Amino acid sequence: MLSSINRRSFLVTGALAGAACFTAGALRPGRVLAEGTMFELPKLPYGYDALEPSIDKTTMEIHHDKHHQAYVDNLNKALKDQPDLQKMPIEELLANKAAKVPEAIRQAVINNGGGHFNHSLFWTVLGPNAGGEPKGELADAIKSTFTDFKTLTEKMNEAGLKRFGSGWSWLAKGADGKLEVYSTANQDSPIMDGKTPLFGIDVWEHAYYLKYQNKRGEYLKAIWNVVNWGEVEKRFAAK
Amino acid sequence: MAFTLPSLPYSTDALEPHIDKMTMEIHHGKHHNAYVTNLNKALEATPELLALSIEELLANKAAKVPEASRQAVINNGGGHANHSLFWTVLGPKAGGEPTGTVADAIKSTFGGLSATGGLKEKMIDAGTKRFGSGWSWLVKTKDGKLEVYATLNQDSPLMEGKTPIFGIDVWEHAYYLKYQNRRPDYLAAIWNVVNWTEVNKRFAK
Repeated sequence: MLSSINRRSFLVTGALAGAACFTAGALRPGRVLAEGTMFELPKLPYGYDALEPSIDKTTMEIHHDKHHQAYVDNLNKALKDQPDLQKMPIEELLANKAAKVPEAIRQAVINNGGGHFNHSLFWTVLGPNAGGEPKGELADAIKSTFTDFKTLTEKMNEAGLKRFGSGWSWLAKGADGKLEVYSTANQDSPIMDGKTPLFGIDVWEHAYYLKYQNKRGEYLKAIWNVVNWGEVEKRFAAK
Repeated sequence: MAFTLPSLPYSTDALEPHIDKMTMEIHHGKHHNAYVTNLNKALEATPELLALSIEELLANKAAKVPEASRQAVINNGGGHANHSLFWTVLGPKAGGEPTGTVADAIKSTFGGLSATGGLKEKMIDAGTKRFGSGWSWLVKTKDGKLEVYATLNQDSPLMEGKTPIFGIDVWEHAYYLKYQNRRPDYLAAIWNVVNWTEVNKRFAK
């Protein structure tokens, strides 16, 4: 008998293989795959050791298989009596600070739906044989907004370092199409505020503690070696 | 005088196997030290506040601190106060049942330490449910009653006029090297190293 995790992976893999929305590394989080399955953990689009040495294998295993899985499980648990919300895309569920979600479960959906959305993005905007600098329209937008690429990295690292406690440092596209760097607490997601996250750095201690311990600054420096700019560019270009 | 890092009242391996040596080294030597350093830095512009005790500094949500540096003092002063307490309410050759007057208060308030719905269950529940970083607390309120609740990040019960008498750090840095995502395992293990003598002393004050 398949364990529940294997069953989930199987369902995700099977569904994504035939899904039109699935293009090279672009996992679509939160698809309802079958009656009663609700939200599912997306498969990691590369090996657990693919981001070594910048992000270690054990961290990737626990981060994806345990932490992200727990967000998915707890999101489904929060929505167990809400068949209409179970069918909603995660973006819609979180929009306007999860305004469509009943107050009694709203914070649980913000925490765990945010966790699910943010991590689903995170796996895709990282990758092996990556790093370097963005190209094309995104590169132009970064230049006009932040002067140069280096300033963007400094701003995101600063936002990540100053985030006290747990949270994320984001590069987001505002409703006006402009680029913006800021941080959020815990699993609060830019899509709650009507912004489109393009790239995000998880600064929860679980994202880096096994390798970097208290040295968050070193993790923030290293992560730029594994940014999948192709995916970030695609998210920037999307409507 | 600037705030300083208190020395750990036992060796870094004294809480093994429940809390590992490396976690204690980094937690005390790096994390707590950074809170102290950043607290002193936040108070650079207002040296007169260095004369206050950490309790006075944090009282009424750090009302005595100018708004420009208040959040930094709440974060880092809270971190300093919370960790200074944490080291003393833990210890080697500890654990077991509470003693002294706090034992009676725990019995009358929660039905005991290990009873169903007891103190342990309540603090584990508060710590498990704290999303993100924070603390699970046993505090004495102004009217002398015991209360269990959780705070976010380094927010200290002192900010709300409550006296913390025992606290469990549920920032991931407190347990991740040994327990990783299994926060409940850490929350179950920590009771083996609670220094009840110190908790009772803080309660009796």
